[in-house]
Amino acid sequence: MPKAPLPLTMSISLQNRPAPPDSKLVSLAEGRKGFAGMIAEVSTHGCDKDALDYRELERRLLEMGFVEGARVEILHEGFIGRDPICVRLDDMRVALRRKEARGVLVRQDTT
Amino acid sequence: MNAAIATQLTTPIRVALVGNPNSGKTATFNALTGARQKVANYAGVTVERKEGQLLCPDGQRMVVIDLPGTYSLRARSPDEVVTRDAILGHLAGEVPPDVVICVADATNLRLILRLALELKAVGRPTVLALNMIDIAERQGLDIDQTQLSHALGMPVIATVATRKRGVSDLVAAVQKLAQSADAPKDHGWTEPSAMQVRSLHKQAERIVKSCVHPPRRPDTWTGRLDDVLLHPVGGVLILLAVLFVMFQAVFTGAKPVMDLISEGFGGLSAMVAQILPEGLLKSLICNGVIAGVGTVVVFLPQIMILFLFIILLEDVGYMARAAFLLDRIMGGAGLHGRAFIPLLSSFACAIPGIMATRVIDNRRDRLTTIMVAPLMTCSARIPVYTLIISAFVPARQVLGGLSLQGLVFFGLYACGMLSALAAAWVIRKVFWRSASEPFLMELPTYKVPDAANVIRSVLLRAHIFLKRAGTTILSMMVLIWFLCTVPGKPAGAAGPAIDYSYAGQIGHFIAPVMAPVGFSWQMAVALIPGMAAREVAVGALGTVYAVSGGEGAAGALGAHLAHEWSLASALAFLAWYVFAPQCASTLGVVKRETNSWLWPVVMFTYMTALAYAGAFVVYRIAVAMGAG
Repeated sequence: MPKAPLPLTMSISLQNRPAPPDSKLVSLAEGRKGFAGMIAEVSTHGCDKDALDYRELERRLLEMGFVEGARVEILHEGFIGRDPICVRLDDMRVALRRKEARGVLVRQDTT
Repeated sequence: MNAAIATQLTTPIRVALVGNPNSGKTATFNALTGARQKVANYAGVTVERKEGQLLCPDGQRMVVIDLPGTYSLRARSPDEVVTRDAILGHLAGEVPPDVVICVADATNLRLILRLALELKAVGRPTVLALNMIDIAERQGLDIDQTQLSHALGMPVIATVATRKRGVSDLVAAVQKLAQSADAPKDHGWTEPSAMQVRSLHKQAERIVKSCVHPPRRPDTWTGRLDDVLLHPVGGVLILLAVLFVMFQAVFTGAKPVMDLISEGFGGLSAMVAQILPEGLLKSLICNGVIAGVGTVVVFLPQIMILFLFIILLEDVGYMARAAFLLDRIMGGAGLHGRAFIPLLSSFACAIPGIMATRVIDNRRDRLTTIMVAPLMTCSARIPVYTLIISAFVPARQVLGGLSLQGLVFFGLYACGMLSALAAAWVIRKVFWRSASEPFLMELPTYKVPDAANVIRSVLLRAHIFLKRAGTTILSMMVLIWFLCTVPGKPAGAAGPAIDYSYAGQIGHFIAPVMAPVGFSWQMAVALIPGMAAREVAVGALGTVYAVSGGEGAAGALGAHLAHEWSLASALAFLAWYVFAPQCASTLGVVKRETNSWLWPVVMFTYMTALAYAGAFVVYRIAVAMGAG
C-alpha cells in the first residue's frame, strides 16, 4: 500500500471536532436514539467474547465504513432491548447489533 | 492483421462484474447480456455462477460473469471467496478475467472506491461503471468524472443500467482496455491488515472529497420512510402486514393455479392411459413419469409468487429493514434476521422456503435455516392432519367454545414451529457454536424496482428450479413409483398390489422397528409411497387398506382407520408427521441448494430420528393414559 499523507482527513476532523481533546469517548453501543458524534477510535480488543476474532471484527467494521473520522448518528433502535441499532454513517445507513458496536468509540457532539 | 482479427473473433474478452451489494450489479449484467445468460454452480460450493455473452459492435465476443456482491477482496463468506478467487484467477477451472467492471452506486461511492483501489492494487485492468447516475443527477450530486478517472487511474463510465444508458460506452471502454492492456499482471494479493484497510479508506475518502460535491437535493425519502418502517411499534405492525400478505399470496393465491396444474396432469395421465396398452409401461408413463413431472410443475406457482415478493422486497430495499426488525427474535434461536422469510414461506411449502434461504449470505446461517425449514408445518401436512383428527378427535367444544379438533390442529402447527426454532437453537448453540456472525448490514436507500429486472429474476428462479431441482425430484418420483409397483401382484393373489411390491416388502421389513411407536405394518407400508409427498399418505393409506376412492373419500377412509387404529397409534402417526422427512422433493431441493448429498442425508437422518422419538413418546404416554 502506498504510504499516503493524510492532510485532508486530518484537517476535516480538526475543523469538525466540537469537543475539547480531553473529552471522554463514548462507545456507540451505549448511545440512544439521537446520539451523534465522530468516530475517534475503532478498537475491538476484548469486545466480542462470543465468537468472532476481535481483529476480524475490527476489519469488518472498518470495511463497512466505521473508520476514525467518520460521522455517526443513531437513527433507530430495535424494539426488543433497543437492539440492533440503525446508524447514519457519513452518507450511508448501516444496521448493527450493539454487541458489535462496542468497539466503536465516539466523541459525542456537545449540543 | 487478418490473423489478429481471427484471434479476436475466436477468443472472447472475459469480463467480471464486481460491486457492493445493491449497486445495480445484476441490472448491469442484464443490460450487458440480455437474455443470453446461463446459471450453474461453482464446483463444490453452493455459490451460483452467472455467465452471459454479448457481441460487441465490431463482432468481438465478450463473456461476462456476474460475481457475488462484496465490500472487499478479503472474503468473509463462500460467495465472497468466489468473487476474490475469480478475480485473482485462483479458481480451479476458471480463466481469470481480462477486464473487471467495478459497478458503483453513484450516490454512495466511498466503499466502492476502496474496493476499486483494491482491484487496482492486484493489477487487474478495471473500469468503474458509475451506475444509477440518473438518481445522482436528480439529487444534484456532481461527480467530476475526469478527475475521478484520473485519481483512480481507470476509465469511469456513467451508466443507468435499468435503462441501458451508457452501456455501449461501457462495452467500448472494456474493449479498449482489453486491447491496450498487457496481459494482466498478477501483483499477488495478501489479506490487508486493519491499518491497510484504514489507509485505503482514507485514500478513497480523499478521492470522494476531491471529485464529488455533495448533493444539493439529498434524498429525504429514505429517512422519512425509515421513520415509519423502522418505528419500534408501527414498523413491526407494517412488517407483519407485509408478511401476512406475502403468506396469503403464497398460500392461497397459488392454489387455483396449482389445482389447475394437478387436474391438467391428471387429465393428461388419463388420456395417455387410454392410448397405451395395459402393462408396466403404461403404469410407468402414467403413474411414474407424468405424475412425477406434475409433482415438479405443481410447485412453480408458489415458487414464482414467493420469489416475486422476495425480489421486490430486495430491490425496493425493504429486505434489509425486515432483517433489522426481526434480528432480535430470530437471533434468540441462533438464526439470522433474514431467516424469517424462508421459514414463513415453509408454512406453505418447504420447497420455495428452502430456495428462499438464498437471501441469507452466511453459509452456516443458510444451512441451519435449510435444515429446520421442513419442520414448519407445510400445507401438504393438512390433508394428513385433517384425516386423522376428524377420525379420532371428537368434534367437541372445550374451554368455553373452542373446538377440540381446531385446538389439536393448532397444537400441531405450534409443535412444528417450536421444534424448528429449537432445532435451530441446538444446531447454532451446540454444533456450530464458534461461528456467531456479526449482524452488520448496509440499509440501502429505497428505490423503485425495475419491472423488467424483477420479471427476469423471477423467471430465472423458475428456470433454475425446473432444470436443477426438477430433475432430482422427477427421478425420485420414478424411483418411488418403481418401488410401489414392482414386482406386480401375482395372478389370483389376495390383498392390494402394493403388498407384493418392494415398497410392501420394505414396509414389512421395517414394521418390527415401527411396532414400538404403535405403527401397524400397513402404516409402515404406507410410509414408502408417502415419501412422494406428505399428502400422498392419505392415498397410500387408502391403498394399503384397500379403501377405494383415494383422497376424495377421506370420510370412508377415516371411518375405516378409526376402526383399525387405536387412539394412541393415531396420535403417534400425527407426531410422526410433525417431524418426519416424508417428502422426497424437499430432499431433492436441499441437494440442489447445498450442491451436495451430505445435507439431504443429514436432514433425513435427524428428522427421522426426531419423528421416531416423537411418535414413541406420544404413543407410550397415550398407552399409559389408557388410549392403547
